Amino acid sequence: MAENSKPAPAYVPAGVNPVRRIGAKYTIRLWSVRNARLLEWVYSTFAEALLRLHWLWNLIGYGRVERPIVFVEKRVKGFLFDCRMCGHCVLSQTGMSCPMNCPKTLRNGPCGGVRANGNCEVEPDMPCVWVQAWQGNQRMRKNQNIMNVQTPVDQSLRGSSAWLRETAKHALLREQAKKTGTT
Amino acid sequence: MTREPDEDLNDPEKQLAQLPGHSSRSRLERILRRGEFAITAELNPPDSADPYEVYERGSIFDGWVDGINATDGSGANCHMSSVGICALLTRVGYAPIMQISCRDRNRIAIQGDVLGAAAIGVNNVLCLTGDGVQAGDQPGAKPVFDLDCMSLLETIRIMRDEGRFLSGRKITDPPRLFLGAAINPFAPPHEFRALRLKKKIEAGAQFVQSQYCYDIPMLKEYMKHVTDMGLHEKCFIMIGVGPLASARTARWMRSNVPGVHIPDSIIERLEGAENQKEEGKRLCIDLMREIRDIPGVSGIHVMAYRQEEFVSEIVHESGVLAGRKPWRREPDLGDGAIIEAAEKKAEILAAANEDTGVAPETVESP
Repeated sequence: MAENSKPAPAYVPAGVNPVRRIGAKYTIRLWSVRNARLLEWVYSTFAEALLRLHWLWNLIGYGRVERPIVFVEKRVKGFLFDCRMCGHCVLSQTGMSCPMNCPKTLRNGPCGGVRANGNCEVEPDMPCVWVQAWQGNQRMRKNQNIMNVQTPVDQSLRGSSAWLRETAKHALLREQAKKTGTT
Repeated sequence: MTREPDEDLNDPEKQLAQLPGHSSRSRLERILRRGEFAITAELNPPDSADPYEVYERGSIFDGWVDGINATDGSGANCHMSSVGICALLTRVGYAPIMQISCRDRNRIAIQGDVLGAAAIGVNNVLCLTGDGVQAGDQPGAKPVFDLDCMSLLETIRIMRDEGRFLSGRKITDPPRLFLGAAINPFAPPHEFRALRLKKKIEAGAQFVQSQYCYDIPMLKEYMKHVTDMGLHEKCFIMIGVGPLASARTARWMRSNVPGVHIPDSIIERLEGAENQKEEGKRLCIDLMREIRDIPGVSGIHVMAYRQEEFVSEIVHESGVLAGRKPWRREPDLGDGAIIEAAEKKAEILAAANEDTGVAPETVESP
């Protein structure tokens, strides 16, 4: 037996896996899921505020505010959710647990490999993103959204601001609603 | 059992046609829609470029199953590709279920493979997310996961029903496929599992095959959720089983194969037996009989990894087929017909070239 086993490599870096992450504690991410209801309220209030400032973004130009907003968004969401800046934020539909942290980047629910203790198949130390998502979802007011079938991620939007995209989209919808309302 | 016999299923001379209301000319779809209890099995893909290995491994199931699963790098181990296996199986007239995993290919490759497979004569597709690369023999590979099983189902459904690619570009002759997905009722979060099946049905799943089932009470609980929501009426549910070779294998599988749940009672039963392999088979047969009687279950999927030769015995002894003989090799168009078609086309072209300026009449394909 002993002769057959390979010699151990000289240096094994800690926590090396297909998805590299900084600080494998997941503490804040798990806090966000536990407080999904609070964050849901904060998020909807914040989205409302961004939408109210639509005139301002339009005045400066959405293209020009993109960079500073991305700077803030990346840090805030990175801190709270370990955000990957996929550009397609679905946090409100996944119990405030970012699905892009799943090593398989599953956006529609847990895979069949979830361990009996609720941890990830790929990274045994990480709580499954979707087990967390399901728990967070139970705490939220709008808990039917988890049943939406998510379309594949548009990779060309990676690194762009989801906040601004949503704001622009809702502003457009609002304008359209106004138009159809008056005519 | 007052079902009318389907003459087509026993006619050895012609290929099955697509019935109205069916989405493909799949034999499995026809069996399931008739309300028969279906059996599928998994083919162990060869690590070889020899086509006869595939034929041999397919012929083991001859006369016992309604469909053969061609795995796509299961457990993230490298084997012959599922498209390759399907091409070989359809060539000799077997009905494969092509598994597509999202681990190794992006949406461009997958959509192309779906068209190619449908052209080869594949009628059943099973959409999977795929095991993580860490589970297999090449953990250094790049995991792709461009789509997930849900968006893959939706993509193929759009290709089939709307005749277009994900980009919106038109497909002139859409693939006619019977769409499947996988379920695992034995992994947490348990309350979400039945809802996830509902989501898969919304995305396009018409049948599902489950992970290995060794825990009947857990399955019953899951099936209760499913039947309460009426999901078994929208989708055919097939439960996975497999014989365990020994208690040691069972322990190994439990800790090394992602998503496999084996209760201690099963391992104790195997350990207590004199002949563990024989006991493993008996256990599998007992499970199949119990599963057959659970309301909402439409069939059984046998995954007898490296014990494929026992599938016929297990299926026969369990009696789940109730005397039905499920298989016959379908006649294929074959090389002769393809050569004939090509020659006919060449003749028509030559004739058209002779009468210069006259466009050839519409060419009928054989």
